[in-house]
Amino acid sequence: MKRTCPRLVETGYDEPAMAVLEVEIWRGGEDGAWRRYSVPHEANQTVLDVVTHVQRHIDPSLAYRFACRVGMCGSCAMTVNGRPRWTCRTHVSLAARKGRVRIGPLRNLPVIRDLAVDMAPFFEKWRDAEARFVPAAEPPDAPVRPDEPERKAADAGIECINCAVCYAACDSVAWNPDYPGPAVLNRLWTLVNDRRDGDRDGHLDAAGAGCHLCRSHQECANACPTGLNPTAAIAGLKREVFRRALGGRTRERQQ
Amino acid sequence: MKEAWLFAAQRLSAMVLAPLVLLHLGTVLYAVRGGLSADEILSRTEGSLFWGAVYGLFVLAAAVHAPIGLRAVLSEWCRWRGAGLDIAMGLFGLLLLALGLRAVMAVL
Repeated sequence: MKRTCPRLVETGYDEPAMAVLEVEIWRGGEDGAWRRYSVPHEANQTVLDVVTHVQRHIDPSLAYRFACRVGMCGSCAMTVNGRPRWTCRTHVSLAARKGRVRIGPLRNLPVIRDLAVDMAPFFEKWRDAEARFVPAAEPPDAPVRPDEPERKAADAGIECINCAVCYAACDSVAWNPDYPGPAVLNRLWTLVNDRRDGDRDGHLDAAGAGCHLCRSHQECANACPTGLNPTAAIAGLKREVFRRALGGRTRERQQ
Repeated sequence: MKEAWLFAAQRLSAMVLAPLVLLHLGTVLYAVRGGLSADEILSRTEGSLFWGAVYGLFVLAAAVHAPIGLRAVLSEWCRWRGAGLDIAMGLFGLLLLALGLRAVMAVL
């Protein structure tokens, strides 16, 4: 039966002529292979719906990860037609090219099996950079206003939920195992700008050599499902790290 | 912090290079009409303090800028790190400086 989706047709999305979607899904570990599945095409179908259909109706051994299904948790990130995406927030009609979709595991992380990657290296870099809030011994002299420049700079990057989409998109991560990745540096930038944090110097030192390994390709900003701009955050870190190397502003903050 | 200084040196040299490269390209387009030979170029530029200064600055900025960029490329593509790479890039910078200044000296 042919299914139609008036909204998708109206907006000119790539609505396939047939009600069947040709899907290629990565099966196995690092040395696995693409396997083809035919999945019924539904209106408003997300890529996660497609993967779920394959697991429930075609091959129950398919491994993949998801939790919230509404773009809150970030655990369903996969590579869809070459781009890292949250599959729950990606309509098949948007991602498909001529009715075809290729779904693989996230890049730059070890593949456990099928679509599930080992997130440990991503979080280990986060841990090693100590990218976490350190409460200051004394509260800030003045109340933190939402509209002050430092707070706005921190707020710009605060909505990161550690989904590793930026990490998978980043060529610098692929080329350089020492590079901490956009998410960690973005987090450090929010901490550097947080007046309530007591270890600004420590965060800048942690960003130190790592932030200079960013080549500003902006793949992270392009891919971030939350619309954050880690490249801008890293550019800020580069400036502040240099300012610190000059012996300028350190623990004392400009009011 | 070495990386921070290299970052600053590369950005500053880029700021110097940007207008000079445009000037250089414009000059190339103009100069090539008379043929590209050392004699032809020197007949136009010899004794000119302006062209000597422009290309002196150009060579200096390029000798700073290029080795820092090449260092990043080599460390990522060839997994070459450490003091050996830094020394090699320092020598590469000196080579660029020597070759460039030799040409500039002919103008002055």
